[in-house]
Amino acid sequence: MVKIIFVDPEGKRHEVEAEEGMTLMEAAVKNMVPGIEADCGGACACATCHVYVDPSWKEKMAELFERSEAEEDMLDFAFDVRENSRLSCQIKVTADMDGLVLEVPEQQG
Amino acid sequence: MAEIETEALIIGAGPAGLFAAFELGMVGVRSHVIDILPRAGGQCMELYPDKPIFDIPAHPRITGRELTERLVEQCAPFDPVFHLNEAAQTLERAGEGFIVSTASGKRFSAKVVVVAAGGGAIVPKRPPLKRLEEFEGKSVFYAVREKAPFAGRRVVVAGGGDSALDWAIELAPIAERLTLLHRREEFRAAPASVEKMRRMVEAGEMDFRLGQIAGLEGADGRLRAVRARHAGEAFDIPADMLLLFFGLAGRLGPLEKWGYEVKGGRIVVDTASFETSLPGVFAIGDVCLYPGKLKLILSGFHEAALMAQKAVRYVHPDRHHTFTHSTSSEIIAEKLRLGED
Repeated sequence: MVKIIFVDPEGKRHEVEAEEGMTLMEAAVKNMVPGIEADCGGACACATCHVYVDPSWKEKMAELFERSEAEEDMLDFAFDVRENSRLSCQIKVTADMDGLVLEVPEQQG
Repeated sequence: MAEIETEALIIGAGPAGLFAAFELGMVGVRSHVIDILPRAGGQCMELYPDKPIFDIPAHPRITGRELTERLVEQCAPFDPVFHLNEAAQTLERAGEGFIVSTASGKRFSAKVVVVAAGGGAIVPKRPPLKRLEEFEGKSVFYAVREKAPFAGRRVVVAGGGDSALDWAIELAPIAERLTLLHRREEFRAAPASVEKMRRMVEAGEMDFRLGQIAGLEGADGRLRAVRARHAGEAFDIPADMLLLFFGLAGRLGPLEKWGYEVKGGRIVVDTASFETSLPGVFAIGDVCLYPGKLKLILSGFHEAALMAQKAVRYVHPDRHHTFTHSTSSEIIAEKLRLGED
């Protein structure tokens, strides 16, 4: 199991145990993390699973910050898109993500 | 207004709702289907009509649009009656059945109600801006019903998809000044529209600003400027009207308060019958919740089949119920023969 920490807009931390291979969105939904709506169920079609990846991970895992073209397109539907914005349905959990911190934006839509 | 009577009322015309009309038809139950959208298909049509879906049994690859068309065709022999552009509002118990009323004032009297509302009513996404409500419907809009109110005004269009580009191009010639606001140089809108927009910007017929919306300035519902931010810098775009195109999202809204058990915005069901905690009210598809629930279209189909087996017992309590396969079903044989005439 991989520990992932979601920080909701109120600053509350939600520690979830994610399985390798599942997406960060699935880990959030399974554990009912508030603010991850995932309307489309992971089809990269709604941008309601938007998260901000803890910038301190940039050195350790640069790929966590790399967005595909489809994801970039979907982020046009998100609000307050930042450099560290990702759609959590597009990131597969790997063992080396243990302890990863993701911030949930104020509003998905 | 007179009540519309039906045996089953299905809320939601997405894949689960459409297949529910089929499965109910198979057990001899007549359905009316209501949906807030102007067409059937739900999320499949609204969010990804052209995206291929790969996990529909026997369809290695099918788009949301094709799937919708085939589901409509599949339930058609049972003549479900569709009521589109209708938002379900309230549910009341009435004798052995229920009364459901919609925002437009229609009232449906049904023996059973099947909530197949997916992620809820699909509505435009609203940005998290302070005082947004103050301006909505007065100077901030999510769609254009008529062009006239935009004539001679300073208009800001925010977004980078087809709706944003189409309306920017359409309104620029009549607006006093039109500014397109988008967070990056790339657009996901059709290349021809992007090309046209760029030509108009070059010719000085509209402005393009890189940035994301950050606030609204104005008073009494009247906009004075749109505050935006880009690369850490804030700036104001003078504006009388703002159009926001950030796609759509689901809202369960009033359906959350219909009296059945709801957890995390989804309706808790029993997996033997897909009945909610209110006897006679069922929930299937993405809207329902049970241990192990997957938000898959195919799960919605399975849920519809089991729901129908229980629903028919409320609609026809005096009938003898035996399970029949479609291959040997007299009901479908008769319906399809009728269809061939």
